[in-house]
Amino acid sequence: MSPEQAPDPAPAPRPQRPRWAVLGEQALEGLIRLSGMSAIVFVAAIFFFVLREAAPILVREEFSLAQFLFSTEWYPTSASNVRYGTLALTVGTLSVTGLAMLLAVPFGLGAAIYLSEFCSPRLRETLKIVIELLSAIPSVVWGFVGLTVMSKLIVRSTGAPVGVNVLNGGIILALISVPVIVSIGEDALKAVPDSYREAGLALGATRWQMVYRVLLPAARNGLLAAVLLGVGRAVGETMAVLMATGHAVHIPGGLLDSVRTLTANIAAELGEAPAGSDHYRVLFLTGTLLFLITFAVNLAADFVVRGIRRR
Amino acid sequence: MTRPHPRPAIHLPLLALASVAGLALLAACGGGGAQKAGQAARTVIQNKGSDTMVNVAQVWAEEYRKAAPDVEVEVSGGGSGVGIAALIKGAVDVANASRDIKPSEAEQATRNTGKAPVGFNVGYDALAVYVHKDNPLDEITLEQLTQVYAEGGQATRWSDLGVKIPGVTDDTIVRVSRQSSSGTYEFFREHALGNKDFRLGSRDLNGSKEVVELVGTTLTAIGYSGMGYATPAVKKLKVAPRAGAVAVAPTIAAVHDKTYPMARSLHVYTLGQPAGAVKKYIDWILSDAGQKVVEESGYVPIPPEQRTKP
Repeated sequence: MSPEQAPDPAPAPRPQRPRWAVLGEQALEGLIRLSGMSAIVFVAAIFFFVLREAAPILVREEFSLAQFLFSTEWYPTSASNVRYGTLALTVGTLSVTGLAMLLAVPFGLGAAIYLSEFCSPRLRETLKIVIELLSAIPSVVWGFVGLTVMSKLIVRSTGAPVGVNVLNGGIILALISVPVIVSIGEDALKAVPDSYREAGLALGATRWQMVYRVLLPAARNGLLAAVLLGVGRAVGETMAVLMATGHAVHIPGGLLDSVRTLTANIAAELGEAPAGSDHYRVLFLTGTLLFLITFAVNLAADFVVRGIRRR
Repeated sequence: MTRPHPRPAIHLPLLALASVAGLALLAACGGGGAQKAGQAARTVIQNKGSDTMVNVAQVWAEEYRKAAPDVEVEVSGGGSGVGIAALIKGAVDVANASRDIKPSEAEQATRNTGKAPVGFNVGYDALAVYVHKDNPLDEITLEQLTQVYAEGGQATRWSDLGVKIPGVTDDTIVRVSRQSSSGTYEFFREHALGNKDFRLGSRDLNGSKEVVELVGTTLTAIGYSGMGYATPAVKKLKVAPRAGAVAVAPTIAAVHDKTYPMARSLHVYTLGQPAGAVKKYIDWILSDAGQKVVEESGYVPIPPEQRTKP
């Protein structure tokens, strides 16, 4: 019927696989595709449900989106003048996360490079186990460490009046995100083929030159993913920052000021906000804002990676 | 016309069961007399009102179940106004209120149900102002508290209050407050700040105990919390209602004679004089057992001579 399908006039009959095997394979393929797609479905569904709880407030006349985003006045239960301004909370989240990344990225990537390139195999196995253990510590325990141990240390070494502040939250978040960065980063470096390393060394590069001229550019996508996962962990962390940052609504003037983050604010207030009230809806809107922040961070990183690749 | 017939048919065995249970109860009580034979085996008392009191009311309900297993108290919050509104409609047996019932509400209830609400003082809510034990300050006025805590207040340093804290170079006042959803936060706003909003930037902690702990470790801190939370590391300030007036120490006696300015009575209200299970429940609340719950929840119990004897 179709000449292009059968150029040979007398093709040898190919062995046919049994029908159930073909069907089974198709079913399995469909199942795997479904699992892949489900990630998108879940993200979209979560966003939809959070936004659905928040949406009615957006059309209320008294509510101003500009005030929500750019005012620092957060008075959800005021008796006379209710104001929902989240700028101080957003700045709180960004400052604590920023400090955490400043501390965690050099440490995390350094540890990843050491583990994958410079360390003996036996030590590496031990260190990996310890790092995985570190990431298994529940965040409430980290929060407790921040509240008790770290806060006393900070008061003693800096003379700050209160030990729960940006510095405390940043250090705790750094400790939480370092294990994530190390394990993903190490995987990314391991994925670079050995031929790259051999070629570099054969050209007369020292091991350090080989690492930063060959390995880091080759593994940049994976390393960026590692950092991003660390950022995501830090932005979304709730319990530890609730306990370690001091929970004060204002724009911090320094590392030793207390702040409140978006997540901690939701955790502290959602339980007491009557379901369906304006306060409740604004807290869900805060959740949407948090979602958009992480989305923006991911998107920006994606563009950065593409930019690097094009060059 | 034919529809209502099946209903008594369903209820008859229930009624019979209830009266049998009631009789059994009577027998078990040794002929207590007060219990009527028609009463259901399990009496339910509906209790609604003040969010400040909802925790203590819940513990009352749980503890009372041990004292009277045949009575179940269903507790819900919503606020004093919500509880009284439900009482006016006759929807609840007992309303909790952390304020006095308004004359208009009492009148409405009488008009609606034919019974006048009767109130019982079941305890007191009193806040103390805490500072570090090494702070030389001993008393504070409500006006000064407003200057420290309220939006637009001018006092940001201890020197603004005329206080020199020994061994401190930066004497910025560290304001310790509660998260905005707590009843303590609202009580302080109403009684100390005259319903002005809090100035932002205070450390808003999640529990009464945490406030006292932070104040105890911070030389320049000031905080407010229930009277029962004091530790050796902190000092309770005397509070004066206005400048020049006598400052009153937050003691149980000062709360009882209403000279301490940051205290309020906690009430329960019923429609008409309570009777039967409701009366027994309120008598129990006013007994030593019920008042122990009040004390353990961080509130001030009523004086021993006003309590009921078991």
